[in-house]
Amino acid sequence: MNTSAGLQICLLFGSASLMSIGGGNSVVPEIELQAVGTYHWLTQAQFADLFALAQAAPGPSILLVTLVGYAAAGVSGAVLATVAMVAPAGALVFVFARVWGKLASSPWRAAFEHGLAPIAVGLIAASGIIVARAADHSPAQFVLTAVATLVFCATKVSPIIVVGLAGLIGWLGLV
Amino acid sequence: MSEPRVSTWRIALTFNQIALASFGGGLSAWSRHMVVERQRWMNDEEFLSAMTVCRVLPGANQVNLAVFVGARLRGATGAIAAILGLTALPALIVLALGALYTAHRDMPSVQATLRGMTAAAVALSLSMAYRTGRACLTSPPAWALFAAALLAGAVLRTPLLALLAVLAPLGMWWAWPRKVLS
Repeated sequence: MNTSAGLQICLLFGSASLMSIGGGNSVVPEIELQAVGTYHWLTQAQFADLFALAQAAPGPSILLVTLVGYAAAGVSGAVLATVAMVAPAGALVFVFARVWGKLASSPWRAAFEHGLAPIAVGLIAASGIIVARAADHSPAQFVLTAVATLVFCATKVSPIIVVGLAGLIGWLGLV
Repeated sequence: MSEPRVSTWRIALTFNQIALASFGGGLSAWSRHMVVERQRWMNDEEFLSAMTVCRVLPGANQVNLAVFVGARLRGATGAIAAILGLTALPALIVLALGALYTAHRDMPSVQATLRGMTAAAVALSLSMAYRTGRACLTSPPAWALFAAALLAGAVLRTPLLALLAVLAPLGMWWAWPRKVLS
């Protein structure tokens, strides 16, 4: 891995870490924008594939950054991206773990909690739309997405089962 | 913590179990089960409060929770043990998948399988937006913030820093607790 790739990885995922309000999914649009559009580490279609892999694998789905780092600069890129994504937000939580009780009645806490939530929801929905567009969704895929969305919203079926079944449907050549 | 200190190994192993048991989702439910019921490191109230902090602060919620619990148990060492426990093995698994993908991504059967999986992964994002949105999209200003973030993020492709620089202060101003005039 050359120095400039290392710096780009640190910069992109380190800043994404601190901007990931409401969880890792809200920075997926930004990661796609930079990794595909700015740095050309991978194509749109490959990004969509990696997104699906990260959702299907065990552990936090934010490990998408491990895969994007790998695409950018191999194994060392993967490690660097993961550390850059975890450390800044982790340090912030570490500090807050000690002072949270005192902040309970602060107006900042309420404003932060309630004021950013709708923005996070918008960004999470945006990540779904971006991946669908990046994968160049066919009409059959849109149908599968609609059905799977209904299943996720209405039932508590484990996502791995639904993603696995959807993979099988794809393998059979149905979408 | 008044009890004897928990070993860093036990912290790492517990979070590793959480990560692997929750294969493909349900991480919060598993975290609660392990932290509150199995290990008794926190009671329900403390756990809920911790979850709130972890949702409010930036970062993946589950990673944040691992830091929070680890830090409470054993300070910085505990936090690092919890993060490594939660992410090290899953990162290896995902890397192996990534390497397999890189080697075989041009095979038609791999492409076809991923087409199906991507459709479901998109559904996962949309349903997450639905679930979290149901709780917080309860007024016109909240819907406006949601729509602005969606439009800027998905259609205009505004860089996130610019998007947040405009929308975050608006959202916080809107949500700032005010005394009700009587």
